[in-house]
Amino acid sequence: MAKRYTSNLTWNDVTPESVYLNRRNFLAGGAGAIAAGSIAGPAAATQYSTDETPNTWEEITQYNNFYEFGTDKTDPAKYAGALTTSPWSIEIGGLVDKPGTYDFKDIMSEMTIEERIYRLRCVEAWSMVIPWNGFELADLLNMAGVKEEAKFVSFETLYRPEEMWGQKKHYLVWPYTEGLRLDEAMHPLTIMATGLYGKDMPNQNGAPIRLVVPWKYGFKSIKSIVKITLLEEEPLTSWNVTNSDEYGFYANVNPLVDHPRWSQATERRIGGGIFAKRIPTKMFNGYGDEVADMYKGMDLAKYY
Amino acid sequence: MAVTDTLNRSARAIPVWVIYILGILPLAYIIFATFAGAMGMDPVKTIEHELGQYAIIFFILTLTITPIRQLAGVNLIRFRRSLGHLTFFYVFLHLLVWLGLDMQLQWGQMWTDILKRPYITIGMVGFVLLLPVMATSNDTSIRRLGAASWRKVQKLVYPAIFLGALHYVMVQKVWEAESMIYMGIVLVLLVYRLRSLKLGALLKKNRSA
Repeated sequence: MAKRYTSNLTWNDVTPESVYLNRRNFLAGGAGAIAAGSIAGPAAATQYSTDETPNTWEEITQYNNFYEFGTDKTDPAKYAGALTTSPWSIEIGGLVDKPGTYDFKDIMSEMTIEERIYRLRCVEAWSMVIPWNGFELADLLNMAGVKEEAKFVSFETLYRPEEMWGQKKHYLVWPYTEGLRLDEAMHPLTIMATGLYGKDMPNQNGAPIRLVVPWKYGFKSIKSIVKITLLEEEPLTSWNVTNSDEYGFYANVNPLVDHPRWSQATERRIGGGIFAKRIPTKMFNGYGDEVADMYKGMDLAKYY
Repeated sequence: MAVTDTLNRSARAIPVWVIYILGILPLAYIIFATFAGAMGMDPVKTIEHELGQYAIIFFILTLTITPIRQLAGVNLIRFRRSLGHLTFFYVFLHLLVWLGLDMQLQWGQMWTDILKRPYITIGMVGFVLLLPVMATSNDTSIRRLGAASWRKVQKLVYPAIFLGALHYVMVQKVWEAESMIYMGIVLVLLVYRLRSLKLGALLKKNRSA
């Protein structure tokens, strides 16, 4: 049923009629979803999706890195229930025309939700295929109006230790922050995900709204975002601050750049059982055709 | 002292093979849980980590036998060898799972991992140090080597357990309580051993003087 309405349209192709259709679709889905307590809405497949078989709902929601809820892979599923995600708003500021606090519901009413089936490659050398629902980050940034001087975008996760017990520990500096170069942020592959498998984003996966940058290691795809700032300078990012030898600002998936902790040449796809074969890791996680141009002439071993 | 006597008497009544049987139980549980699908979404990693954790637990138990005798007068020395063998058994299985299930015998990648990833290098050195210890962990070797040189070989367990605990701490991406607790216990055991070795040497010197 999720694919009863499919489209290959991108934001640039949007015509008044399709806006109308999408809106109707969104409202229709919304009406059904209200009964189910959902606001993720329906999803349409696009040309950016992989045709690889997605991981199961269980795999995607029971195996997470979300250190705000503990460092074990099973901790987020256990403890993220404590997080309140409504009301939710995102403070968009810095070098934008319309800075302010944007309510999550208002953002959702402006955006077209589509399905993006992306590979996710963790820096720990495991991977999944995940059917996200969301919208392009560019749409949100354009809504706020990016000023010409802006070169970078920084993101911040909610800081609420009473609901996120991991924030009482000091293994990372809180709140979690991440960042992208502006061209990376505006790239059509970069999305703000608000759901999985057509359902609302589960708390352990970064509810209600998170970043997904499929050609970068998973830690770049920051969860439960409350703040987005447009900047002229490269922002600080959490893992880079914690251990700069191991985690760079760019963190592009790259089988050739060595990591002091894990070889990045191959990866284990979650869900294959104990005898599943390792698969070779692809440059830019297989999204090279779309993104390699942005890094032309850059020494990727230096800017890792 | 009645308690100590009772403990010592009951310890003497337990045959050593009981330790081996008990020591195999964690492995039985891991195998059972794997086939029952209870090892989570990434069973290979879970198996690997559990085996590593049992290795360090058995290693710590092995090295507490002597302090327990010296401090509490409870003599469990006849179980020490079996605990040592179990330690090696779990270290070896941990390594085998890494070789076979995790890295899947990709020798090139493993070799660079051993050379370039410090925590793997350290774990591997620890394992290599245990090889002569394990190979001489029998009565024949004591007779052949003589007690003094045999004891020297067995002292490799001290650097090995330190490297094992360090390997565990370094595997974690951030400083984590669990691995730090194991490291703490190992350090206490090592400091105790060093002090009693020094004390022993000092006493010997005084006696001969």
